[in-house]
Amino acid sequence: MEELLNIVTVGHVDHGKSTVIGRLLADAGALPEGKLEAIKENCKRNSKPFEYAFLLDALKYEQAQGITIDTARCFFQTEKRNYIIIDAPGHIEFLKNMVTGASRAEAALLVIDASHGVEENTRRHGYFLSMLGIRQVSVLVNKMDLVGYDRKVFEDIKEEYTKFLKKINIHPETFIPVSGMEGDNIAVRSENMPWYQGPIVLEQMDAFHAIPEPENMPFRMPVQGVYKFTDNNDSRRIIAGTVESGKVKAGDGLVFYPSGKKTKVKTLEVFNAPVPERFSAGNAAGFTMTEEIFVKRGEIACLAGEDAPCVGVRLKVNLFWLGKENLQQNKVYHLKCGTSKVEMRLERVERVVNASDLSCLMRQYVEKNEVAECILKLDRPIAFDLAGSIEATSRFVIVDEYEIAGGGIITESLKDDDYDNKNIRWSGDAMTAAERSRMLGHSGLVVWMTGLSGSGKTTTAQEVERRLVAAGIPAYVLDGDKLRHGLNNDLGFSDEDRKENIRRTTEVAKLFKDAGMVTFVTLISPFEEARQAAKAAVGNGFMEVYVKADLETCKSRDPKKLYEKALKGEIKSFTGIDSPYEIPKNPDLVLDTELWSEEECAEALYSAVVAKVKR
Amino acid sequence: MDHLDKLEAKSVHILREAYAAFGNLCMLWSIGKDSTVLLWLARKAFYGHVPFPLVHVDTHYKIPEMIEYRDRLAMEYGLYMIYGENKEALDKGETFPNGKVSHMECCRLLKTEALTHTLNGTWPRYRLNLETGKYERDTDTAAYTGVIVGARSDEEGSRSKERYFSPRDKYNDWNLDDQPPEFWNQFKTDFAPGTHVRIHPLLDWTELNIWEYIDRENIPTVSLYYNQGDGYRYRSLGCAPCTKPIKSNSRTPKEIIQELKTGALANIAERSGREQDKEDGGLETLRRNGYM
Repeated sequence: MEELLNIVTVGHVDHGKSTVIGRLLADAGALPEGKLEAIKENCKRNSKPFEYAFLLDALKYEQAQGITIDTARCFFQTEKRNYIIIDAPGHIEFLKNMVTGASRAEAALLVIDASHGVEENTRRHGYFLSMLGIRQVSVLVNKMDLVGYDRKVFEDIKEEYTKFLKKINIHPETFIPVSGMEGDNIAVRSENMPWYQGPIVLEQMDAFHAIPEPENMPFRMPVQGVYKFTDNNDSRRIIAGTVESGKVKAGDGLVFYPSGKKTKVKTLEVFNAPVPERFSAGNAAGFTMTEEIFVKRGEIACLAGEDAPCVGVRLKVNLFWLGKENLQQNKVYHLKCGTSKVEMRLERVERVVNASDLSCLMRQYVEKNEVAECILKLDRPIAFDLAGSIEATSRFVIVDEYEIAGGGIITESLKDDDYDNKNIRWSGDAMTAAERSRMLGHSGLVVWMTGLSGSGKTTTAQEVERRLVAAGIPAYVLDGDKLRHGLNNDLGFSDEDRKENIRRTTEVAKLFKDAGMVTFVTLISPFEEARQAAKAAVGNGFMEVYVKADLETCKSRDPKKLYEKALKGEIKSFTGIDSPYEIPKNPDLVLDTELWSEEECAEALYSAVVAKVKR
Repeated sequence: MDHLDKLEAKSVHILREAYAAFGNLCMLWSIGKDSTVLLWLARKAFYGHVPFPLVHVDTHYKIPEMIEYRDRLAMEYGLYMIYGENKEALDKGETFPNGKVSHMECCRLLKTEALTHTLNGTWPRYRLNLETGKYERDTDTAAYTGVIVGARSDEEGSRSKERYFSPRDKYNDWNLDDQPPEFWNQFKTDFAPGTHVRIHPLLDWTELNIWEYIDRENIPTVSLYYNQGDGYRYRSLGCAPCTKPIKSNSRTPKEIIQELKTGALANIAERSGREQDKEDGGLETLRRNGYM
C-alpha cells in the first residue's frame, strides 16, 4: 500500500524554510527536468543570484519580494512513502496562511536560522503547532555555514528552544544542524559537521509516522446531509457524513446528538463498490435507518452504549484569532463545529496569552494573531467532545461576517442556568448518565474504602462527606452497620450472609451513584476477589481506596472494642485475628493513616474525589 | 484505506460540504480527465445522482470527439448539462486561429469571459434536453454562487497555493495575496452578495492518482487520451489549435500509469503541450482574472 504523509515547514521569516525544501527537492532528484535550469536562467536574465527558494516561491509576487506569501504544496517521494510538503510562510502578516498549511500536516519541520537564533515567530509557530494538534516535530537549525558549522551555536539553540517547547507540550524528535544553501544534512550527510551523528532531514522524514485514524474511539459521524434523490425511482433516504472516529455497521443502535433521537442502522450505502461490512474513521459514509426519524445536518450520529458527546451552549475554549477585527463582546459571530453552525457570542476572555513569551494579559478582547482562553455562549445547543478525547469533534472555527476569523479547541462544557433550567423538554426517554451529570455539574461515584477494622475508614469518609456536601456535591456514607440495621437485618455473620451483605451494599451504592451521589462504602472487605466483583458490578465511576494502618496500630486504637472481644474468642473469623486481610493490589488511592494526619487524609481523599466527579 | 480511498473520501466530504452550503451550485466540466473524475466523485457522494448543473465553456475550437463524448455521457447519466460561449467574439472572429488576437487574448475572450458571464447568468446558458438530445436556452439565469472546479495543486505554481474553498470577488478576480484561512475540515462557506466561491475537491490529487482512479473505477474517458495506433495521444486536452498530442504508445489507463511512473513522461511537465502557459505570467495571470 502506498503511504502518504503531509509535512509542513514552519519558522520565523527569512530563516530559510523554502530554501531547505527547494534544496531537498533538487538534491533528492524530485524536480521535473529543466525546472532547475529554467529558474537559474531566469535569475541570470534578471541579474539576481539564484536561490533554491525560487523553486517553491513560484508566484511572481513572491519572487519580487523574496518572501513566501501563501502556503505552497509540493509532491515528493522517497523509497518509503509519498510526501506532500507544505511550505508555510514565516512572516507574521501571513500567520493565517501558516495555520492553513500546518493544519493539514501530520508532522512539522521547524526551521531556525543559526545566525539569528530563536525569534518571535519561532516560538509563536511552536505554540500554534501545539494548538493545531501536531505532535511530531523536528527542529532544523539552518544556515550552519554562516556560523562556521560551530557545534556550540547548535547546542545553545537546542537547549533554549527545548525549554520553551516543553512548556507547550511539544517534544521534538530531533534537532538537526543543516544548511539549505550548501546542502548540508538535507538529502546528503554533511562532511562539515562530523560531530553530528543523528538523522539527516531526509532520514528524519522517513522516521515520522503516519497518524492512524481513530477507529477505536466512540463512533462520531457529523451529519453532512440527508439525501433523498427521487430520479430513477430511487426511494432511499440516506444519512451522509464522514466518520470522524470509531466504526459502524448495519444493525447498530444509533443516537443523534443534540436531539437525542434514536434508531438503528438498516443498510450501509455506497456507489459503484461492494457494500462494506462496516464504515470506520476516515470513510465518507452513508446509511439508511430502520425508523425514519427526522434528523438534520449538524447533528452527530453516535452509537448507543458508547460514551456520549457533551451537549451544551456554554463552552470554555482555547482559541487563536486571525481576524482583521478584534474578537469582542456584544457582537454576533457564528461557530462551526463538526457540521453544526450556530450563532455565538464572546461571554468573557479569561486571559490572553502571548504565544511568543507565554506571558498573560487580562482584557476583554482578543487581537489578530493572539491566543486566548475564553468562554463562548451559543444561541442553541450543539454536540461536541472535549479536547484530548476526539479531535475532530472538539475543534471549532469562528466565522466573523463572511470569513473564518479564528479557531480553537473546547476544553470544558460549562453549566448554563438559562439553558439547563428552561430547555429541559419532555423526551419520554430515560435520562442518560451524561445528561444527568451535565445538568448537575458533576457525576456520581462509588468510593470503596477498604482496610482493617479501626484503620479510620468511616472517620475519614464522614469528614469528606461533610466537605463535599458543603461544596454542593451530594455525598453519603454507607457504612456496614447502617445497612445491617434495616435493609440487611435478616443477615447474620456466616460466610454466606457476609457475601450477601456485600452484594446488597454494592447494589445500593450503585443506585446512589447513578442518582448522582458520591457514595462512600466503608467495609473491611478483606478479599481482593470480592472487591473486584464490586468494581465490576458498579461499572463506570468506581474508586478503590485503601485505608492503611497495621494491625498493631488498629488493635491499640480499637474504638469499638472488637479486637478485645475477638482475642477473647467472643467473635469468630475476625479479620486480622483469625481471618486474613488481603492488601489491595491496585488501589486508586492509598491513605496511610500512620504517616498522615486525619486532616491530610481527608484533604487527599477530598481532592481525589472532586477531580473525578467535577465536569 | 489505501491512498486512493483517502483521496476519494476527502473529495466526497468536500463535495457534500459544498452541496450543503451553496443553494446555487454548479460544476465545471471541461470533458478532460480531471473534471470527469470529479463528475464520478459527485456520483459517489450523492449515490449515482448529480444534484447540480454541469457547465461546459464551449470555445467551438474543441476537438469534435470531446463534444460527442460530453453529450453521450450527459444523456446516459441524466445530467443537467449546460454550455456557454462568447458569441460576440466568435461572430467577429476575434480568435487566435483567425490570426486576430494572441494566444492569451483568445483564452481570455473564449474561456474567461465566456465563463464569467455564463456563471453570473448575464449571457445565455444552453441546456441539454434529455428527451430530444438537443440544447435549448436555459430558463434559469440566476448567478451560481458555488462553482466546483477540478484544479489540482501539482499542475503548476499558482494552483499549488489554492484553497479547497476559494473566494472570487464580483469581478471574478482571485485575490491570492490575501486568501482566507482554511483548517480542520472547516471551509469558507459564507460569502458576500455578488461574490462566489470556487470549490476544489481535487487539490490533493496528482496526475498519477487521477489515472490510478480512472483505472480502478473504470471511468469512461474520451478516446483522445489513448494512442489509437499512430503513436500519439493527448496528455492534456484543450482547444484543437493550441493543444498538441505527445508521442506515446499508451492505449489504456494501465499503460499510462506505467508511462507516468517509470516511462518517458516521468520528468516532463503535464501542461507542456498547452500554449497559454508559456506567455508572460502564463496561467497565474489568467487565473487571477477568473480562469479555472
